[in-house]
Amino acid sequence: MKKNIMIVGVGGQGTLLASKILGRAAMDSGLDVKVSEVHGMSQRGGSVVTYVRVGDEVYSPVIGKGDADVILSFEILEAARWLPHLKPGGTIVTSTQEINPMPVITGAAEYPAGLAENMKALGVDVRAYDAPAIAAEAGSARASNVAMIGLAADVLGFDLDVLRAAVAACVPQKALDVNLRAFDSAIGYAAKG
Amino acid sequence: MKTLLLGNESVARGLYEAGVRFVSSYPGTPSTEITEFAATYPEIYAEWAPNEKVALEGALGAAIGGGRSFCGMKHVGLNVAADPLFVTAYTGVGAGMVIGVADDPGMHSSQNEQDSRHYAIAAKLPMVEPANSAECRAYTKIAYEISERFDTPVILRLTTRVSHSRSPVEAGERVEREIAPYVKEPGKHVMMPANAKKRHVVVEEHLAALAEYAETTELNTVEENGTPIGIITAGNCYNYAKEAFGKNASYLKLGLLNPLPKKLIEDFAAKHERLIVIEELDPVIENHCRALGLKVTGKDVLPLCDEYSEELLRSRLLGIEPDYAEVGAAIPARPPVLCPGCPHRGVFYTLAKLKLRVSGDIGCYTLGAVPPLSAIDSVYCMGASISSLHGTAKVRGEEDKYVAVIGDSTFMHSGLTGLVNVVYNGGNTTTLILDNSITGMTGHQDNPLTGKTLKGDPAPNLSLEDICASLGVAREHIRAVDPNNLEELEKIVKEEVGAPCPSVVICRRPCALLKSVKKNPPIQVDWEKCVGCKNCMKIGCPCISVTGKKATIDQSMCVGCGLCEQMCRFGAL
Repeated sequence: MKKNIMIVGVGGQGTLLASKILGRAAMDSGLDVKVSEVHGMSQRGGSVVTYVRVGDEVYSPVIGKGDADVILSFEILEAARWLPHLKPGGTIVTSTQEINPMPVITGAAEYPAGLAENMKALGVDVRAYDAPAIAAEAGSARASNVAMIGLAADVLGFDLDVLRAAVAACVPQKALDVNLRAFDSAIGYAAKG
Repeated sequence: MKTLLLGNESVARGLYEAGVRFVSSYPGTPSTEITEFAATYPEIYAEWAPNEKVALEGALGAAIGGGRSFCGMKHVGLNVAADPLFVTAYTGVGAGMVIGVADDPGMHSSQNEQDSRHYAIAAKLPMVEPANSAECRAYTKIAYEISERFDTPVILRLTTRVSHSRSPVEAGERVEREIAPYVKEPGKHVMMPANAKKRHVVVEEHLAALAEYAETTELNTVEENGTPIGIITAGNCYNYAKEAFGKNASYLKLGLLNPLPKKLIEDFAAKHERLIVIEELDPVIENHCRALGLKVTGKDVLPLCDEYSEELLRSRLLGIEPDYAEVGAAIPARPPVLCPGCPHRGVFYTLAKLKLRVSGDIGCYTLGAVPPLSAIDSVYCMGASISSLHGTAKVRGEEDKYVAVIGDSTFMHSGLTGLVNVVYNGGNTTTLILDNSITGMTGHQDNPLTGKTLKGDPAPNLSLEDICASLGVAREHIRAVDPNNLEELEKIVKEEVGAPCPSVVICRRPCALLKSVKKNPPIQVDWEKCVGCKNCMKIGCPCISVTGKKATIDQSMCVGCGLCEQMCRFGAL
């Protein structure tokens, strides 16, 4: 198995925890893995990206243009921003959540409409879900990041039990129940399409 | 069993296993986590020093005292620590000493893109560079062996992608080391000219011995694939090269960056028709190869600026361009912003409103420079807000409409001496110290003003008011204010900017992200009263937007700081 996965979103959305879970799942699957994170200045509500590369032998910790098998996006504008990194034939699993960036808030730019349709029209396999709603239904919108992993489970390529165990190993104990509920319920949503 | 460790976490593991006893650092992205993880081992004494120079001198003292020591910093921190750095090459160490420095190619979180390898050459110190987390642990331990064998500090060079990537690491056990007996050696440690002259000779002898070591060390490895192309590289660039070329090239991976080997490179060159040097930033290895008379491809096709990638190497060296899709619509940028409830927001709103020229500094509050606040005129380096403004004010005379803005941790790092200069030389500038009770940007580290140490122990609560008074600022011109009280803040800033003497305004409110800070219920908009005037938008809060001519507040993000309420003239918030 060889998978290049990108996790993109807005600083503060929990992309680091998601990448930790995928890294753990890769290790538990007996694969080599590199996870590249963003710290510091770029975290303050800015656009953030984490690279997770899994395979028999992995060297580079980053993923270039046209090289991601899966882009897991926590915010739909970020999915569109990072689309050029998707491999032809790759999959974008995105939350439909919209968070206005400062240029939109100040009126210097507009938030583009119809992004999911726009990307689909390019022939991209885009799977869009209301992740915060799915997580909220399971008990807390804060579990959106774990719900996103559940929504993408079938394209991430890990054994489902391994992935679930990785969630259990990485999520803080006090929030574990709600996160596992969000994960399971997200898998159900994804199966329904 | 292998575990997935951050590069910095793995360096800390290496410190632990190497029997290191003393760690002193100043936080700086991407180096900070080394020291944070080191502090989790009870066997290691670890501290945050007020700045990198103090940290490095502490580490030197610990090594002279007989215990293995470490200090960590980002690349620009090494500029601050450069004075002791250069002298340590002359004095040598007692027990092993390693200086961890993390460069930031691509400037993810820095004000410049300097290449720290030049420091190793200039200071005549050995430097090692790992390419992944496993090497972070292993090379850290080897660095201590080099340090003790050649009686010199060793620089461990990291880059953002190595520091902040996770990869598998097999941990080992700690080897405890006895503290060596103290020996008084003034000829080695009193660096006055007569002694230093003798020591310089020793430094050159050590370097010559290290150059021989460079030919055979396990840090430099050859991977021969019988190819016409031979790649000479180091650190994370090795990873990019491996991805782009695979078995279609042979590799000389250099783990020891100073001194560089001669014969090893010449032998490798002799086996390959085409030599390519792949290194981010400056052509250090390339220039060394050219000095050996070798013909190499390097900066003639690869850039001097920004970080490298597999994609870049494919494009520039193999002529392969990626195949990808793009949406037609313009994608608005998403720059970082001050967080909801950030205590700095009111400060920059007020300074912009008063049309003051603002000399800024390094920290989260640098974001006061971006729209819509756009309040900052300049940001250079740690502490420069106060000292550079003093020069501006001196040449521009009485046109006194300036303030310096500096964070609490940055003030303790290198603002103190700038303020002393203002007082001593009869300046009359106003300094705003943004005291948010933490070192914010690097992810919440304690500092001499927080009353707590890195290990979580209580520390004396230093008072900013007393410090400024002791530096000679008149007590009546040291004012403290809650920056979320806009009216009071504006009044005090106006008064102090108008004062004919040095003045300090301490804007005191803890960082909104601190766990101890209680969040208030989110602010509600009364749509009956909201007239859509957008006055609340002037503070640049990411929670507020105006849609359909009415303000809306994102209820999931708002922490109820109340700043926007003060902006509304219609009582709608």
